[in-house]
Amino acid sequence: MPFVARVSLALSRRALVNAMRRPQLLLPLVLIPTLMLAANVGGLNRTTTLPGFPAVHGFLDFQLAPAMTQSLLFGGVAMGVAMALEIEAGFFSRLAVAPIPRVAIVLGRLGAASAIAVIQMLWFLSIGLIFGAHVKSGLPGLLVTFGIGIVAGVAFAALGVALALRARNASTVQGIFPLVFVSLFLSSAYFPRNLLTSPFDAIARYNPLSYIAEGMRDPIVNSLSAQPVLEGLAAAAGLAVLAVGLSVVTLRGRLDEA
Amino acid sequence: MSAIEVEGLEREFKGGLKAVDGIDLRVEPGEVYGFLGPNGAGKTTTVRMLVTLLRPTGGRATVAGFDVAKQPADVRRNIGVALQEAALDLLMTGREMMELQATLHGIAPRSVRGRAAELIERVGLAQAQNRRVGTYSGGMRRRLDLAMALIHEPSVLFLDEPTTGLDPLSRTTLWEEVRRLKNEGTTVFLTTQYLEEADQLADRLGIISGGRIVAEGTPAVLKAEVGRPHLDITLLDEGDGPGDLARAKQVLERFGGERPPSEGCHLSVTVERGAADIASVVRSLDDAGLSVASLELVQPTLDDVFIAKTGRHLEGGSSGDAPPEEPAEPEPAIAAP
Repeated sequence: MPFVARVSLALSRRALVNAMRRPQLLLPLVLIPTLMLAANVGGLNRTTTLPGFPAVHGFLDFQLAPAMTQSLLFGGVAMGVAMALEIEAGFFSRLAVAPIPRVAIVLGRLGAASAIAVIQMLWFLSIGLIFGAHVKSGLPGLLVTFGIGIVAGVAFAALGVALALRARNASTVQGIFPLVFVSLFLSSAYFPRNLLTSPFDAIARYNPLSYIAEGMRDPIVNSLSAQPVLEGLAAAAGLAVLAVGLSVVTLRGRLDEA
Repeated sequence: MSAIEVEGLEREFKGGLKAVDGIDLRVEPGEVYGFLGPNGAGKTTTVRMLVTLLRPTGGRATVAGFDVAKQPADVRRNIGVALQEAALDLLMTGREMMELQATLHGIAPRSVRGRAAELIERVGLAQAQNRRVGTYSGGMRRRLDLAMALIHEPSVLFLDEPTTGLDPLSRTTLWEEVRRLKNEGTTVFLTTQYLEEADQLADRLGIISGGRIVAEGTPAVLKAEVGRPHLDITLLDEGDGPGDLARAKQVLERFGGERPPSEGCHLSVTVERGAADIASVVRSLDDAGLSVASLELVQPTLDDVFIAKTGRHLEGGSSGDAPPEEPAEPEPAIAAP
């Protein structure tokens, strides 16, 4: 195995173990979106009767995707906070003084993020199925939803890591938490785009979170179709490439500044 | 080839603060080099440049034969580093930390466990290896940090204030380990603000103050340069105020140079003839109506060297008490690429 892969795997494992041993950081990633999911489904389930609302098996089916997206966004913030804490505590210096490829520092963190994204996706799909959700496109659709979710989880984590490398303190990274809510509410995650009023429909059209949420939702509420899935995958992958690139550039810039 | 060679090394931070201002030094293979100075003197900044965590803004330095600015990856492969903050993951166990460090240093997967176990045993942490580092005492964390720095058998080891804040027993244990490393031929660059530590461990010393090296040599030579002993004098009833102290200073002028008073005494004065001057000093003070409560003849120490070179005491130096936690010098950013 190439050295960069070996080191990235070792750092991923460490970051994952670290996250598992810090439940106070991990639990809110699923608990808060789960509570919001319960509140939305319980209180707003008559939304499905609105004219223009797509035909769905149940409002829970529709709301699973925003809950998953929200959870993955929280995961990105948590990964950023964890990285910032390591910078504050000096552990990052240990990595910086080790003879390892620098990119492994970022890849290690993202490897852990993808594993955590699997857990998050499993959680929401499990509680969805337990509480009566119906995946219309069956197992293939489930796998597609899973795939988009994991790529999106990596993208959000890379954004968190880039911010942590730039800010170098956990409180700044934590400070973007409200922005996560705003960016998600300014997408079509919670509400169909055709029912949004101006200018929110326009904002949602340019918000990649719309496509990620719709890409994950479509296999649940419809038969598998290429366009929303490919758009979702493209949005998640595009964001991931941009965010990973940004975090690597930020890391290099930070090292050069030193 | 020297293990460490530094010429005109500088580091200027944003805002114009020059933490390291053109230092030169050379450390030979197998030598323990003590880098002594108070908080904010530039010790940590120097170390961070030498271990490639901070890019110099002037001068040059080579470590293990490699330029720290141009060949940082080669430098990293050849050095072990135990930084001031003992950068450990408190949620991992000691064994997990060691095995991770072994992987980071490219030790073959089949050898990782064995090498980690060997070093854990060496620093006396075998019993605690499966406990999380967060449950370790300060001394145990330092020992683990040291073991991690040794995982790849580096030719040059950097120890940045390794005993700061430790209890005497933990400090002694670390000293023993440094001596053992020296006997094994490892070059050690040791920063400290403890005079006793520098005196005990270092073959040669560099004293840094205000970002410049103000003295360099073996502890014995440096102390011999200062030469004369001094008297620490405490006046009875703490004198009658500033007037008495001024009078006492006037009386003592003829015996030698006044120096900053040591902790717990009123006056300190260097004396030409050592013990032979004690009777004359007491008599002169008595004649001036000043009674002496206590008087101690102190042979030259590294603190005297420090005072002679900088005009002030080294903070926390003579007592060995734990200094403030945070270094006064600016905390540098991350690393050279």
